[in-house]
Amino acid sequence: MNPSESQGEKNTLAKTRNLKRNTLPALTMAGPVTFWMLVFVLLPLLYVVFISFMRRDAFGGIDYHVTLSNYVEILQPVYLKVIWKSIKLALLTTVICILIGYPLAYYIARKPSKLAAKLLMLVMIPFWTNTLVRLYSINLMGQPNGFLNQFLLRAGLISKPLDILYSDGIVVVGLLISMLPFAILPLYASIEKLDKSYLEASSDLGARPAITFLRVTIPLTLPGIVAAVMLVFIPSLGMYYVPEALGGGKVMLIGSLIRNQFLVTKNWPFGASLSILLLLITLIMLWLYTRIAKLDDMEVF
Amino acid sequence: MASRKRKQKRMLFKSLSNLYAVLVYGFLYAPIAVMMVFSFNDQKVNYYWNGFTLKWYVKLFTDSSIVEYLWNSLFIAGMATLGSVVIGTIGAVGLIRFEFRLKKLVNHSLYIPIVIPEIVLGLSLLLLFEVIRLPLGFTAIILSHITFCVPFVIIIMRGRLSGMDLSVEEASMDLGANRMVTFFRVTLPMLVPGIMSGAFMSFTLSIDDVIISNFVSGPYSTTFPVKILSLVKTGLSPEVNALTTIMIAVILLGLLINSTVQAFIRKRFLTHIKSYF
Amino acid sequence: MNEIGEYIISLSNVDKYFGTNHVIQNFHLNVRQGEFLTLLGPSGCGKTTILRMIAGFEDSSGGTIRVQGERVEDKEAFERDVNTVFQSYALFPHMTVFDNIAYGLSVKKVPKSEIKERVKEMLELVQLMGFEGRKPAMMSGGQKQRVAIARALINRPKVLLLDEPLGALDLKLRKQMQIELKRLQKKLNITFIYVTHDQEEAMTMSDRIAVMNGGVLEQLDTPDQIYKHPKTKFVADFIGESNLFDGIAKPAESISAHMENGTIQKEFTVLTASGIFPLVQNVTEESCSVTKEPLDSGSGLPLTVCVRPEVMKYSKCPVEGFSLSGVIKNVIFVGSQYRSLIVMDNGYEVRVNRIKPDQTVSEGERVFLFWDLEDASCIFQRKEG
Repeated sequence: MNPSESQGEKNTLAKTRNLKRNTLPALTMAGPVTFWMLVFVLLPLLYVVFISFMRRDAFGGIDYHVTLSNYVEILQPVYLKVIWKSIKLALLTTVICILIGYPLAYYIARKPSKLAAKLLMLVMIPFWTNTLVRLYSINLMGQPNGFLNQFLLRAGLISKPLDILYSDGIVVVGLLISMLPFAILPLYASIEKLDKSYLEASSDLGARPAITFLRVTIPLTLPGIVAAVMLVFIPSLGMYYVPEALGGGKVMLIGSLIRNQFLVTKNWPFGASLSILLLLITLIMLWLYTRIAKLDDMEVF
Repeated sequence: MASRKRKQKRMLFKSLSNLYAVLVYGFLYAPIAVMMVFSFNDQKVNYYWNGFTLKWYVKLFTDSSIVEYLWNSLFIAGMATLGSVVIGTIGAVGLIRFEFRLKKLVNHSLYIPIVIPEIVLGLSLLLLFEVIRLPLGFTAIILSHITFCVPFVIIIMRGRLSGMDLSVEEASMDLGANRMVTFFRVTLPMLVPGIMSGAFMSFTLSIDDVIISNFVSGPYSTTFPVKILSLVKTGLSPEVNALTTIMIAVILLGLLINSTVQAFIRKRFLTHIKSYF
Repeated sequence: MNEIGEYIISLSNVDKYFGTNHVIQNFHLNVRQGEFLTLLGPSGCGKTTILRMIAGFEDSSGGTIRVQGERVEDKEAFERDVNTVFQSYALFPHMTVFDNIAYGLSVKKVPKSEIKERVKEMLELVQLMGFEGRKPAMMSGGQKQRVAIARALINRPKVLLLDEPLGALDLKLRKQMQIELKRLQKKLNITFIYVTHDQEEAMTMSDRIAVMNGGVLEQLDTPDQIYKHPKTKFVADFIGESNLFDGIAKPAESISAHMENGTIQKEFTVLTASGIFPLVQNVTEESCSVTKEPLDSGSGLPLTVCVRPEVMKYSKCPVEGFSLSGVIKNVIFVGSQYRSLIVMDNGYEVRVNRIKPDQTVSEGERVFLFWDLEDASCIFQRKEG
């Protein structure tokens, strides 16, 4: 018998034994999650892509004819306006979240760790109370004869009630209330990791605090900033219950538009094409994120 | 000694930053405070203060359909947590331990529910249930919640597993335990902290979810947040404020008890250990 | 004021509390221009805190800190003319080597062409030409070290503060960098204040060493003096190996004081738990002021005598004046020398180091210890108050 043959025989033997020993456990352990991800995540998403190229039939169902009309429809000025406004408000929310969240995250990160944990907990607790109820509170405060207007009237700051509700501004406030914790957490994590000796070195080399902040602190906490941007921008973009609770019907964003296509007017193919657009924007953000993160990986580590 | 000027500057900065923190926390807590105050307001339309009352609390417990929706939410969150923890824990171990053809695909797809807008996941699940003709309702909601909780559980478990010394498993098998026994008697107990935080995460995500539940809940069975969403437009009745106030009180109490419980356990544990030496 | 003005760095009465923890106690230190001064001590002795107070990262709780005679407590770190080389280097990870070195100049808005010129100069000085474009993460520990030094030196500081700069390097590289640092310091004639817990490093590099313990300055002296004449038991024990004998010194029966170079030498007999031995001591004003008691007081003076293992001698028969005997417990060869451990009759263990093995004695044999009188140094116990 030549040696290579015996080697081959051994290999097949090992293979069958391996099969017996590994396949069954692998199937029971990795099987459920694989099944779940395929059936509940990947296939439905592919189906969304698929029907975005279909037509709507007369009864709100799907007519299986390939068409690009759904994507052409998006280009109508009415919808472009909604998309543009959604992006604008989401961006505004993101920027304000970072501007408010960064100093607070910095404040928390510079506290002793026990106190910092408590302060972070305080940031998270509102997140555990129903978001909608909180939005409703803002709604109540902002009513024409609500608490805020009453207060301003009595203080003599205004002569007639302000139109606080149903504006873009109040929608942004609502988005801020629901998104701020998501900005603060990653910012805190990256600031907390920042080695204090970098700041000392910068100061030692003659940089004033403002310069140190711009040239050392910001660049070194960039991953946290980008993560915060992602965590605020993407949900803000697809959000529909905030405009619904605070904007009445007057502030129409892409999220509400998609929801209406599915739950009200039953134009699923058009709704699908809108959500594909949303996905594309998300993917662009993700791509930017990985680019920055990768840059970071390569050059910092 | 640092000069007075330098000290004053620092004190000023410190008080300014304290003020800033108070303002931001105020912004986060103002809606909650308003809601709590109005739960005691003797006025159906909650625009201004009209005297103290407990009648909303009474109404909440005597005749209100709201509590029913809360029970729905708790039931759904419980089931979703159970499902996602079982699938996620076993799956996390399986994905680390075994090599198979779809592994990369599964690993990547785990991030999809986390990063894509919730609304897209919601509508794709709606389409799925439509295609497989699963009636919308509790089952659909639970399946959907498991879908977005499993990735979080797996990511938490992975963090736990990667920091774990896997040679104890080999030791177990070396001592004659088969895979099954090893998993239940060695691996699982080591994963308990990860399972706990995964369960906590799942429960939180599930009970607060609006968007996905909104898509897959039928007209008859719905969750607490979705019910509130439908009520927000017409105006919430003050017993919702009362209910949410109670919920916050429970959460705060839970946090308080949690730390005391932990301290208690630690103390017991320490005396337990000390008694051996 | 004038006197203090002569020193480039001058600390007086400096105190530092962390909470209620008194980490620096009434600290005095004067550093001369162009000096290489080392703060040496075990970890937690406060040496890094002293450095951080000079740099401006830490406020002092009391006392004055002067740089070139000028009080600096009011100044922020970025306003002080001192620069620091950090223990962890603290090189900015998002900047190239060039940007790291140029940082100090660019925040002072020095023209670009000058920055370029001076960075080039610095790279040559630390022998890192061609590394401008690299990020710190792609460099070895020794290279990072050089960048950190260049980054600090480019600002032409009056004083360079170094906080255990070689701590992260392996032994061989550390030795090489020690020589290089010393070369740089001599070439640039900049004052270095160097913090380390490595006594060998301190010995090889420093002009003077300040030995610290528990927030207190134990001794400030040249390396040679610190080794030969430790002033406290802590210094004797911390620097090198030593055999310490606690005892009481009594003037010798035949008092023979004689003059030598202006100081009076007196002979004593020291009584210790391990035995009796003679001691010759210069009676200077300093030693009297330390003890606050005349050296030749009749009741005897409590003191500690330090004899280094390499000057400790033994023989098989007693030596006149010495009555110290013990049994050789073991002899170990440690590569460069033979170390013998001799157990005295009262249980005290004495170490003796020899370059060559001693064939005449063997383990378990009884020997008598002695030394040349000038090799012993004595430590007076400080009296409180």
